[in-house]
Amino acid sequence: MHIHEYQGKALFKEYGIPTLEGKIAFSRQDALSAVKDFDLAKGVVVKAQIHAGGRGKAGGVKVTRDMQSFENAVDSILGKTLITPQTKKEGQLVRAIYLEDTCAIKQEYYLSMTLDRKNKRYMVIASEAGGMNIEEVAEKEPEKILYLGINPIIGLQPFHGRRLVNFLKVPPESYGELTQVLQGMYTLFTSLDAELIEINPIVLTEDHHWVALDAKITFDDNGLIRQKKVAFLFDENEVDPSELKAQQFDLSYIKLDGTIGCMVNGAGLAMATMDIVAQHGASPANFLDVGGGATQEKVTEAFKIIVADRDVKAIFVNIFGGIMRCDIIAQGIVAAANEINLSVPLVVRLQGTNVDQGRKILQESGLKITSEDDFDAAARAVVSLAKGA
Amino acid sequence: MAILVDKNTRVICQGFTGKHGTFHSEQALAYGTNLVGGVTPGKGGATHLGLPVFNTVKDARDALNVDATMIYVPAAYAADAIFEAMDAEIPLIVCITEGIPVQDMMRVNWALRTSPSRLIGPNCPGIITPNQCKIGIMPGFIHVPGKIGIVSRSGTLTYEAVDQTTKHNLGQSTCVGIGGDPFKGMGFVDVLGLFWQDPETEGILMVGEIGGDEEQQAADFIKSQYDKGRYKPVASFIAGQSAPPGRRMGHAGAIISGAGGSAREKMDYMEKCGITVCESPAVLGKTMFDLMQRASLQQSRRGIHH
Repeated sequence: MHIHEYQGKALFKEYGIPTLEGKIAFSRQDALSAVKDFDLAKGVVVKAQIHAGGRGKAGGVKVTRDMQSFENAVDSILGKTLITPQTKKEGQLVRAIYLEDTCAIKQEYYLSMTLDRKNKRYMVIASEAGGMNIEEVAEKEPEKILYLGINPIIGLQPFHGRRLVNFLKVPPESYGELTQVLQGMYTLFTSLDAELIEINPIVLTEDHHWVALDAKITFDDNGLIRQKKVAFLFDENEVDPSELKAQQFDLSYIKLDGTIGCMVNGAGLAMATMDIVAQHGASPANFLDVGGGATQEKVTEAFKIIVADRDVKAIFVNIFGGIMRCDIIAQGIVAAANEINLSVPLVVRLQGTNVDQGRKILQESGLKITSEDDFDAAARAVVSLAKGA
Repeated sequence: MAILVDKNTRVICQGFTGKHGTFHSEQALAYGTNLVGGVTPGKGGATHLGLPVFNTVKDARDALNVDATMIYVPAAYAADAIFEAMDAEIPLIVCITEGIPVQDMMRVNWALRTSPSRLIGPNCPGIITPNQCKIGIMPGFIHVPGKIGIVSRSGTLTYEAVDQTTKHNLGQSTCVGIGGDPFKGMGFVDVLGLFWQDPETEGILMVGEIGGDEEQQAADFIKSQYDKGRYKPVASFIAGQSAPPGRRMGHAGAIISGAGGSAREKMDYMEKCGITVCESPAVLGKTMFDLMQRASLQQSRRGIHH
């Protein structure tokens, strides 16, 4: 789960990572009253609050130094749609702006913490190349990046801090504060089940202080069961509506560009189903895993999500019944098809527990369902139906 | 002989009296699994499904001589349940639970390195030796005793692989679902090593997925066996050939995950190591069958020459 910069900065403050003074505004009026707390002559930064990165280049971050330029900045960002390389192509509506002080920057750095899945440990990544695309730095100047592994059993130790300041060639008077930032980042990461904390840039100011100018935090979705405070930060406006709907019913759904709607149980089988559809010359319209314990309600919702996608020309249901019995699935399919007045061809392949009862229910439903037992034949059928439609 | 579990394996269930624990314990008993008891904190001394309930894993182990435990504990408490089973030195821990916080599993992963216990899972269907022992949520009836060892990162796609080998009259020695989480217990290489030592496992079907580089490590292991002249036919399928490049969790994460995670890269690498890779998930059984035919033909030819 992603959160906004202003939320991230509030967490930074709580965990001792220094940030500049800032205020959030959800309306023009909010912004005009909030700006009174700032010294405009020294500069106020107006920052669009959307989850996607690349805001600066897209015009979502503006430095203002008088009332006129401030109002112009607010009007050009708030309520407008921002298109960055990381948003969907229609862009993302800006519903809030963050107003922030400025500071005199001596040097910019990059600092992040994430999970190193290969070596099974925490990983701090640091670079003197702050404010830049870190992937590009990794490719072109790998020697400028420090990868600092932290074993979860041992935890953060003083030597990690020494390695960090040494690599970044930090002046001695600024050692202490940076190691505090590192400690704060580690504590936040481990106590709130984070998956990524990225500060790009973190800067050293002319008066020798460290300040996090950006805050990007991603949380482990599995951790939300015990992180109520974090779960509360979720902004549903930032998620695709159909994916949000899927989440509410505990369905795993990803929209794709093709024409074959897929409904499958289990992530591996769902991917394999997409693969076989592709091999027969069509493209899947989505990845949809209804999970191990799908109910009739879940199946119905899954159908609704699939048919809401206007690109879908045919639907392929591929269920291997384990705990989930095929007769229950078949009832769900029939109920859903009746309820939503299904207008595209439907191919169903059932295997596993109670498969015969399941097939019988489909047959006797009177619905136009193509029932196929063979995986390959089912895929071929759905592709040809989609092309004929 | 099979691997890890057979009819003599004495199994307990953690989360025994809960909804999932109860349902799958009933199913395991019906299948013939030698389930000897279970653990639910606070319910020690009770009887459930005709079996004794204990407050702690240690109590169960002291009373019952336990070989394996199956964990059906909710995600927030599952890591604790695994640690408890490790502390009681249960030789085999099978954790079915899905959605365990990733940092919990990272600690489990490190703790396993100094533990005599083996972990299968989490977020997996479990392990089954047909007609002997079922520890997990797989539908038992699709399995028949036979000669193919199956190891898979997926759930229902494993059932697909099982079903296809059953329909081609190959049967299975043991099937292990190692789970889809990045931080887990036994990996492909651990399971393959056991299959290689097991004389009843004559061929292996390995089902992988996009992401990580575990399939490449498995391919290296298989090649090293082939190089030593220890041949067992291996067929494989990698799910996710048509998946668009995954949603990255951010720049930093993408750097670390690096190259090698796509299906094509995995498939090419495996083929180079002598593994037969299926393009389609519909031909797993047939491919395995053909491989077994060819292997036995070569063996009988060698027999004639000698």
